[in-house]
Amino acid sequence: MQFGIIEFPGSNCDHDAYYVAKHVFDQQTSFIWHKDHSIGDVDVVIIPGGFSYGDALRSGAIARFSPIMKDVIRFANNGGLVLGICNGFQILCESGLLPGALMKNALLRFVCKNIFVRPENRTSPFTRTLDSDSVLQIPIAHGEGNYIAADDVLCRLEDENRIAFRYCNDEGEATSESNPNGSARNIAGILNEAGNVLGMMPHPERCAEEILGRSDGAMIFESILVSTGVPV
Amino acid sequence: MYKARINVTLRQSILDPQGKAAHHALSQLGFDHVDEVRIGKHIELSIDAESEDSAAEVARQACEKLLANPVMEDYSVDIEPIEE
Amino acid sequence: MSTEVLSEPEVTLELALEHGLTKEEYGWVVTALARTPTFVELGIYSVMWSEHCSYKNSIALLRKLPREGEMILVEAGEENAGLVDIGDGLAVAFKIESHNHPSAVEPYQGAATGVGGIQRDIFTMGARPICSLNSLRFGSLDNPRVRYLFDGVVRGIGDYGNSFGVPTVAGEVSFDPSYEGNPIVNAMSVGIVKVGETASAIATGVGNPVYIVGSSTGRDGIHGATFASEEISEASEAKRPSVQVGDPFTEKLLLEATLEAIDSGAVVGIQDMGAAGLTCSSCEMSAKGESGMEIHVDRVPIRQVGMTPYEIMLSESQERMLIVCEKGSESILESIFEKWDLHAVQIGEVTDDKRVRIYWYGEVVADVPADHLVLGGGAPIYEREMERPAYLTKTRAFDPESIPDVTASDSADVLIRLLGSLNIASKRWVFEQYDTMVRTNTVVGPGLSDAAVVRIKGTNRGLAVKTDCNGRYVYLNPGKGGQIAVAEAARNVVCSGGLPVAITNCLNFGNPYKPDVYWVFKEAVEGMGEACKALNTPVTGGNVSFYNENPEGAVFPTPTIGMLGVVDDIEVQTTTMSFKEEGDVIILLSPKDWIHRNDINGSEYLSVIHDLTAGDAPHLLLSEEVDVQHTCYTLIKKGYIRGAHDVSDGGLATCLAECSIASEILGANVQLTATKNTRLDAVLFGEAQSRIVLTVELRHMDSLRAITDENGVSATRLGIVTEGPLIITVNGTEAVNLAREKMSTVYNRAIPAYMN
Repeated sequence: MQFGIIEFPGSNCDHDAYYVAKHVFDQQTSFIWHKDHSIGDVDVVIIPGGFSYGDALRSGAIARFSPIMKDVIRFANNGGLVLGICNGFQILCESGLLPGALMKNALLRFVCKNIFVRPENRTSPFTRTLDSDSVLQIPIAHGEGNYIAADDVLCRLEDENRIAFRYCNDEGEATSESNPNGSARNIAGILNEAGNVLGMMPHPERCAEEILGRSDGAMIFESILVSTGVPV
Repeated sequence: MYKARINVTLRQSILDPQGKAAHHALSQLGFDHVDEVRIGKHIELSIDAESEDSAAEVARQACEKLLANPVMEDYSVDIEPIEE
Repeated sequence: MSTEVLSEPEVTLELALEHGLTKEEYGWVVTALARTPTFVELGIYSVMWSEHCSYKNSIALLRKLPREGEMILVEAGEENAGLVDIGDGLAVAFKIESHNHPSAVEPYQGAATGVGGIQRDIFTMGARPICSLNSLRFGSLDNPRVRYLFDGVVRGIGDYGNSFGVPTVAGEVSFDPSYEGNPIVNAMSVGIVKVGETASAIATGVGNPVYIVGSSTGRDGIHGATFASEEISEASEAKRPSVQVGDPFTEKLLLEATLEAIDSGAVVGIQDMGAAGLTCSSCEMSAKGESGMEIHVDRVPIRQVGMTPYEIMLSESQERMLIVCEKGSESILESIFEKWDLHAVQIGEVTDDKRVRIYWYGEVVADVPADHLVLGGGAPIYEREMERPAYLTKTRAFDPESIPDVTASDSADVLIRLLGSLNIASKRWVFEQYDTMVRTNTVVGPGLSDAAVVRIKGTNRGLAVKTDCNGRYVYLNPGKGGQIAVAEAARNVVCSGGLPVAITNCLNFGNPYKPDVYWVFKEAVEGMGEACKALNTPVTGGNVSFYNENPEGAVFPTPTIGMLGVVDDIEVQTTTMSFKEEGDVIILLSPKDWIHRNDINGSEYLSVIHDLTAGDAPHLLLSEEVDVQHTCYTLIKKGYIRGAHDVSDGGLATCLAECSIASEILGANVQLTATKNTRLDAVLFGEAQSRIVLTVELRHMDSLRAITDENGVSATRLGIVTEGPLIITVNGTEAVNLAREKMSTVYNRAIPAYMN
């Protein structure tokens, strides 16, 4: 199993994703430089969090034109697994691999804290081992995570079971109080039509080890490994 | 040479929290006649083009491709010649 | 571009005085050069001999601080930051710095560039920053201008640090009217480097090329004096910015490129450009290397047309470094910076004549002796006049009997008011705007323990870090207050499971030319030094910020301490404050001879409830402090301790309330016993030092007693952790009975009530 972590100028969660794949799950992992034209022989691409290109213009707007993104889009269209976390989610939306956009948080402040999400989809390669009755406690850290899309797009996402996670309270209820950024329908993460591309604002790589407080995020990595036939 | 002055704003249908905050602040300062505030980005491009039309076309393409995100933003373009 | 024609002002004594030099200092310059300085030279001398670069009014006292220790690899003042050996072949570079004055003018950019500057001090040594801290002080939030400053500073720190990708893990925020108009913004960075792989701020090797790397140079930060005469440069854009603007994106690239360059072996020496930019880095690197440098300023990449050599030499544009490259390795260095899309432009070379010579299109515009300019060389050193401030006579005359004691029935209300007072209330509103977790090393982030704990990947070790100072204590008793700042910072580190090993400090004081301010400064520095000696935490460096004044007078004297601790085993030792389990025993660790003292001096209680800043600083004896900290650390290391929290602002009752609030579910049943003549307010809210509340599993009680007895420290059983409210009785009478939810609501809502 080979993970590839894309590095843009300004990525800052690249090493965190690398550490989890490489040292927590003991998988082959490499960095892929944004100026490269090929992602090489990888099974999973992670687009990490951070502030690619300093979030100039809009978060993710410039990164999506980096040379490497052509090959990431090709890979995704051929069914390759792509996980975009935080800024990675923003880049996936900007590049058209996922619908919608991420605006400034409703309260206009950056927010970093642990929140709860409810897994809504249990069939995708990223979520298949999650228990939809339980909630995950997982950190967020962003200033622009307010998901928006046209109503018909939101309805389609729901109808096609493509909402991966919703923000919720500790009881699993998707209330407005538990929505940390104003996202439409409490959306925290979505899948593409084929289910092989996941974008999410919360950071599973920040909670994949007990020493950091909680390891709920590890389940998403486990799901990826199970889906690709790696014994966990 | 032409100067393209581009304004990018959130689409009318989308809540603009910054505009809302500024509106709130203005009304607290006594600006009762301000009905709505929309906040956007102002971008200026210096474009080397043959005509005003072709400069406008370059600016529009730049907006479509990079400078604005059609999912949430509208843009407008103003072109004027620059004295060399 | 062809040769620029310069028309620079004639240098006169008057112009020198405008630049901030004294008549005497100007005389020394003329003597050293054996001629009238050029305009560029005057600029260079004025910034190098400014307070900020030369430490001329503080260095004589700072040199008396304890600076040596077996773990210290680089002594204070030798490099950009202190360097401490923490074992496993690793060293920690850390430093704290002020950005008070820029933040008072433009809070967002002032704070942001403060964060950026301190990060460069760390990575210029080859260390990768692993966490940031800060220490902030403001006036009253009732004032809208203060709210604007507070909001801007927090956003500035957040936006810069979050984008740069280093977690902000700890800090302190406090409020007092003395900081009105002059906020304190101190930023600290902590980095890790392998021992032996550090870089040095030195220029050696005649003929080695000198590079400027990073951002291009603009007119940011050039002192106002520059603009005095309009003929300095050709007519250019209308207003020139003097506020520095930070660019965390470029800083992130500069970090990666710098570490790669140092790792490549192409770097002989490197220094970041902070205050006085190119001037300071070129002079200091030359002086340290006992070499010289010639610099062609016309080759420096600039952002604005028409910049003069004077402006380029004095610019404080951010995100730049000066590098001496190994001759022959130029292409290695250039390709690394090209990879990261940053400038790397050769602007000169190292010489052997110990002079810094500045060229402008081939013409010498400055030729100065490097050593004569720098601290430790020819820069002036002063000890100023001192006088004990008059206010101390009044504050010391305070008689506690002049105010009524609390009654048992009032105590709960007083506790609630304290929990809702801004200095004690939760700082969640602040730290949730900071990325506290990026790089996945944050084992204990803000608000959970007395200090933050970050792990060092690949080892079992961690660092426990904290900034601390109680300016009110220092105001009331500068010497003891200075001691307490160090003692409390160390105690915080101990409570989170670390062994304190060294400090960095940021000394924020008023105008040193006022004898009473200077007396306070001297007393505080001496107090700090005594505590550092007692606690075996040498000073590795730091920063002095004078002239923190508002129209009412100086701010509270604020020697902020940045404490570094080492956690040998993060799995065993990491400790937080919260109550953990119903039935756990609550213990108060205190000095051998006392548990409660009849001491409400300098307390938050006096300030909030009685609107008084009065009395002495609270009780502290360093010998007692050392025993208590040593005992607490031993207990934690043995694994006997479930939770630890030191008794500080708001006293014992506040401490217990905070343990309950942090637990999110638990309360406690506590019985306190005090002698008859001890005031109730002193028992509940007094801030006598050297006390720590511990929670312990019942089964460890005997082992705990054995250790506290052996160390001659008193361990008083206060009560047990319960699932009910916080109940405190004093001498059998119930004083506090409060539901955790009520305390929590007050504690958490205080700051948002002002800011949202």
